[in-house]
Amino acid sequence: MFLEIKDLSVKIENKNILKNLNLSINQGEVHAIMGPNGSGKSTLANVLAGKEDYEILNGRINFKDNDLFDLNIEERAQEGMFLAFQYPVEIPGVNITPFLHSAINSKRKRMNEDEIDNLSFAKLLKSKASDLGINIDMLKRSVNTGFSGGEKKRYEILQMSILNPELAILDETDSGLDIDALKIVTDGVNKLKTKDNSFLIITHYQKLLDYIKPDYVHVMVNGSIVKSGGSEIAAEIEKDGFQKFQ
Amino acid sequence: MNSETLNTLNSYSKNKYKYGFVTEIDDEKPKKGLNEDTIKFISQKKNEPEWMLDWRLKAYSKWKKMKEPKWANLSFPEIDYQDIYYYSAPKGFEKKPKDLSEVDPKLIDTYNKLGIPLEEQKVLAGVAVDVVFDSVSVATTYKGELEKLGIIFCSIGEAIQKHPNLIKKYLGSVIPPGDHSFSALNSAVFTDGSFVYIPEGVKCPMELSTYFRINAENTGQFERTLIIADKGSYVSYLEGCTAPKRDDNQLHAANVELIALEDAEIKYSTVQNWYPGDEDGKGGIYNFVTKRGLCEGKNSKISWTQVETGSAITWKYPSCILKGDNSIGEFYSVAITNNFQQADTGTKMTHIGKNTKSKIISKGISLGKSQNTYRGEVSFLRKADKARNYTQCDSLLVGNQCGAHTVPYIDSKNNTAVIEHEASTSKINEDQLYYCRQRGLSHEEAVSLIVNGFCKQVLQELPMEFAVEAQKLVSISLEGSVG
Repeated sequence: MFLEIKDLSVKIENKNILKNLNLSINQGEVHAIMGPNGSGKSTLANVLAGKEDYEILNGRINFKDNDLFDLNIEERAQEGMFLAFQYPVEIPGVNITPFLHSAINSKRKRMNEDEIDNLSFAKLLKSKASDLGINIDMLKRSVNTGFSGGEKKRYEILQMSILNPELAILDETDSGLDIDALKIVTDGVNKLKTKDNSFLIITHYQKLLDYIKPDYVHVMVNGSIVKSGGSEIAAEIEKDGFQKFQ
Repeated sequence: MNSETLNTLNSYSKNKYKYGFVTEIDDEKPKKGLNEDTIKFISQKKNEPEWMLDWRLKAYSKWKKMKEPKWANLSFPEIDYQDIYYYSAPKGFEKKPKDLSEVDPKLIDTYNKLGIPLEEQKVLAGVAVDVVFDSVSVATTYKGELEKLGIIFCSIGEAIQKHPNLIKKYLGSVIPPGDHSFSALNSAVFTDGSFVYIPEGVKCPMELSTYFRINAENTGQFERTLIIADKGSYVSYLEGCTAPKRDDNQLHAANVELIALEDAEIKYSTVQNWYPGDEDGKGGIYNFVTKRGLCEGKNSKISWTQVETGSAITWKYPSCILKGDNSIGEFYSVAITNNFQQADTGTKMTHIGKNTKSKIISKGISLGKSQNTYRGEVSFLRKADKARNYTQCDSLLVGNQCGAHTVPYIDSKNNTAVIEHEASTSKINEDQLYYCRQRGLSHEEAVSLIVNGFCKQVLQELPMEFAVEAQKLVSISLEGSVG
């Protein structure tokens, strides 16, 4: 199994957020998690990425034959996990080129691959940016600094396409996007889809799933997955909301 | 702050100082302590003319009546001026060696270890270096080439001998000996330093650089630098400093004077990496430095850039007196303090002429238990019509035991003056670290990246070769571990 979450319970500041959550993802699959606000979706994304504010009460997570809890944040990233943040943070003065260049090389190093040189990397970055309709001028600015909400999300997808992760987690990437931006973002995701890359897409709205076809849809309520199925579930939620699952 | 961040911070605090070695070399010192005999000894050693000795003695009599300035946000024990050696020279330096073959190989070795090769052919292309070891100038490279252009680049001791008219006219003209106690002290006992004169209309084709090294124990270093840029000339000057690890504090009280005549420009860059003391705050250099530039002529420009990472105490305010109309003063500063270091640094911009402009960009980074203060004074005198100042002070805190302080004074006697001031204080943000690490960067890489980003505005003002060094130094100051 590529990613297996077993009986996962997590709390933060004395509040139980995830309760005996189970989820399995195979290589090449696209999974969507839908749920109302406060159901624990973003917590799940952050626990997978390794954010340290959470207390794991019980359960385990296996990722590519590793116990995920043995790996720290950067090791998980280097193993091929990518989180597209809901609110990407600004890093003033840090340009994306050296930033992503170090990122891709730290991953290559772990995989015992040769580092990519400056010139090849600059070319790669430019070509991926133009694929995503990102202006070259934006690459000269500091990471996320002074970006609009839509620009930040596109920038996340650009980073994802450069790092080419085996497991990409998209945390409400659609929130705050107009329909044009949503198309660009979802196009970017669809271009990355291969039989080896898996996606975990977290969303509040069904709209995103009009553009990215998930293989599985899970409904998350109150820290657990209460229903799993195909894209028909998304339609159900669109029609009746989350109430009937609660 | 989570545990991993704290661990990383702790490892940063185990600051390893790469330049802490001591060169075993015979040196020659007078008796400890400061009195007229000490000054006479120095003046005699340097074979100075009578007028120079008189100048020193006058400064000394002023110093005796003065007290150290106490307004800075610094705490340190009383300095015992009678427990310091005021002169130390590697033996055999009564006469400056004519070329490197006459220099003790151990000295050359020292500078090689510091990454400053003295042999001209190996010197970084395009940088002429004057090297000051304890109290004497050891070597000046590329001299011949510069002479062809009429540029004088030599030790101040040599300039006193060979260019007395320039010295008499300009020495102490920007920083009068009686300005404050450290300038009086320096004027009385300064031993060496660099002298630069760029003739009218000459753009100096290479970076000029001085490298200061304190080696001997219990020795103060009091260097004096004087740079004169004649009409329409340009020069870029770099200064670097290191010292061995010692348990005692060592005093460094330098004076730097810059004079820019009409249409001239001086760019002065410093990377200061004196020994900062150990993780318990033991040892380190007390760095009490006075740097002041005079934009004497119309349209002249003086720009100070400093990266301050070393010293137990830094007390330093590179300033500009904007006397000529349309003259420009700039100050770019990065000050990093770690462990128990204290820095009180900033600038003074005095607008006298019309349409004068000044710009101040200060970036303070505090780690460990250190204290970091920006102190600045911008003043506009009555005749400074339409003068402008822009000030930006940003502080970054890493950890929760350090402090950052900003003390800006503004004084305007002219109501056409325009003043802009921006200030910010931020903590290195867990979310930024999480974001970087999620992309695969290690914790240390992430901190270094964020701090370098924070300093970028200043680092990009440094000359190219220096900027790379400074970036590395910034990372080293954070890591405390050197490969």
